[in-house]
Amino acid sequence: MSLDPAAIDHLARLARLALDPADRARLGADLGRTVAMMDALQQIDVDGVEPLAQPHPLPAGLRPDAVTETDASEALLALSGASHGGYYLVPRVIE
Amino acid sequence: MSGGWQAVIGLECHVQLMTRSKMFSGASTAYGAEPNTQACGVDVALPGTLPVPNGEAVRMAVRFGLAVGARVREVSVFARKNYFYPDLPKGYQISQYEEPIVEGGTVRVRGEDGRAFDVPLVRAHLEEDAGKSVHDAFHGSTGIDLNRAGTPLLEVVTEPALHSAADAAAYMKALHQLVVWLGICDGNLQEGSFRCDANVSVRRGADAPLGTRAEIKNVNSFRFVEKAIEYEIERQIRELEAGRAIVQETRLYDETRHQTRSMRGKESAHDYRYFPDPDLPPLVLPDGLLDAERAALPELPEARRARYESALGLSAYDAEQLTLARGIADCFEAVLAHLPGQAKLAANWVLGELAAALNAAGLAHGEGPVSPAALAGLLRRIVDGTLSGKLAKDVFAAMWAGEGDADAVIAARGLGQISDDGALIAAIDAVLAANPKQSEQFRAGDEKVFTWLVGQVMKATRGKANPARLNELLRARLSP
Repeated sequence: MSLDPAAIDHLARLARLALDPADRARLGADLGRTVAMMDALQQIDVDGVEPLAQPHPLPAGLRPDAVTETDASEALLALSGASHGGYYLVPRVIE
Repeated sequence: MSGGWQAVIGLECHVQLMTRSKMFSGASTAYGAEPNTQACGVDVALPGTLPVPNGEAVRMAVRFGLAVGARVREVSVFARKNYFYPDLPKGYQISQYEEPIVEGGTVRVRGEDGRAFDVPLVRAHLEEDAGKSVHDAFHGSTGIDLNRAGTPLLEVVTEPALHSAADAAAYMKALHQLVVWLGICDGNLQEGSFRCDANVSVRRGADAPLGTRAEIKNVNSFRFVEKAIEYEIERQIRELEAGRAIVQETRLYDETRHQTRSMRGKESAHDYRYFPDPDLPPLVLPDGLLDAERAALPELPEARRARYESALGLSAYDAEQLTLARGIADCFEAVLAHLPGQAKLAANWVLGELAAALNAAGLAHGEGPVSPAALAGLLRRIVDGTLSGKLAKDVFAAMWAGEGDADAVIAARGLGQISDDGALIAAIDAVLAANPKQSEQFRAGDEKVFTWLVGQVMKATRGKANPARLNELLRARLSP
């Protein structure tokens, strides 16, 4: 079962991906198989099983409200594809 | 509303919590730094880094929950809200979804017309802010500043229970007043510390099913919220009456043209694919936090305002003005503590002369050179008749200029009011002797001359005569 083109377009929009038509068909088939596997998982009887979001039961440790980090912008900006004047640069975003 | 339409409005306000460090990292939240100098590995989403919640942000959320009478969860859960935008480096925002820290509660609001009403809340949850995108400064590119990324926010969500733009603006003001009062937000609208999104729909009458809603994003002024909602209500009614459907979408308010315009199709909740964040175990409130916050909760603005009217006998207007900000109310109470029983006089000065001087100096109540105790010392000299209201203003100005406390200024300038009968009668007699014609005119029934004679005595005493006593004595001297 392949995911229908409208669903693929919607997912592509959420993922901010521009798909060419060939990719669209291929991804539809791929995602269709993924969804089929999820359908299979959903057949399993989980009555009486508590949802498990965390592998261990410890509560979150809280941090005191203190500034512990110093300016690391030079090193971090160096990891990016493009930067200028202290900003990370990305392809122009148009609302 | 025209044509039997009812507007239905819900507000989502983002309250930036006044912590020093971020929600999940030890980077600074100070406003206005050079771009990206306050974004650490956690904030820019370096692989291998892990978030650790800020205990102070949690405490502030608890404080808010208690103040609005909400249910505060002992155990709440952080969830990932997934969407892609360049100023959100992880590809998700850490928020709370199914089990937020605060659920329910109400905010008491007073409308412009003085009518009080309660706005029910759905929830208030902790989350992190995104970074900022700069669209105009780089040729062909967008610049990203992640200093704001990770700043703690409390998102406060109302039920769709508001029905006019004016009520929505009044709610926003009340919430703003409350979070600043509680000391959890600096309330700075220009810097984006308090931002509101409004969900607006219209329906045919109060019993009709809810209409499709549009969301107006990020309006950060009370006036613009009101205008944007007003415009949006009218637009939706116009669309529906023309037989067109409302599209669920996000709209931006254009401040110069006073209208909203479509920004993008609005994602539905399931598009965000919320799920519990595996990096963050459940948030369990530390032992004793709830009790400690309950004990430390300050008297809230509405309660204080009611007390000022009922117990202190102040007018509704004075009570409202005094409780606009906690600093004003606390200053008033500090003055009153030194001057029991003189609530009206203290209110007049805290809201009048003191407020004017603070305002001119760009200061807030609680700051400035004249302390509440010093102001009380000045007012005491009005109460005991040493100073007239006019002289007291001169003394206040001298105190503000650093010339010492009220008694020191009075002594140094010889400003004490003349209340001594002997001295007053001497001054009156000298004036009457010098102006026999006017005395006669008064005795012949010309009441206006009396005021002129009072003025002459005032002039002779350089304004120091006690006006009430002067009036009595002058009248007695002139009576046949």
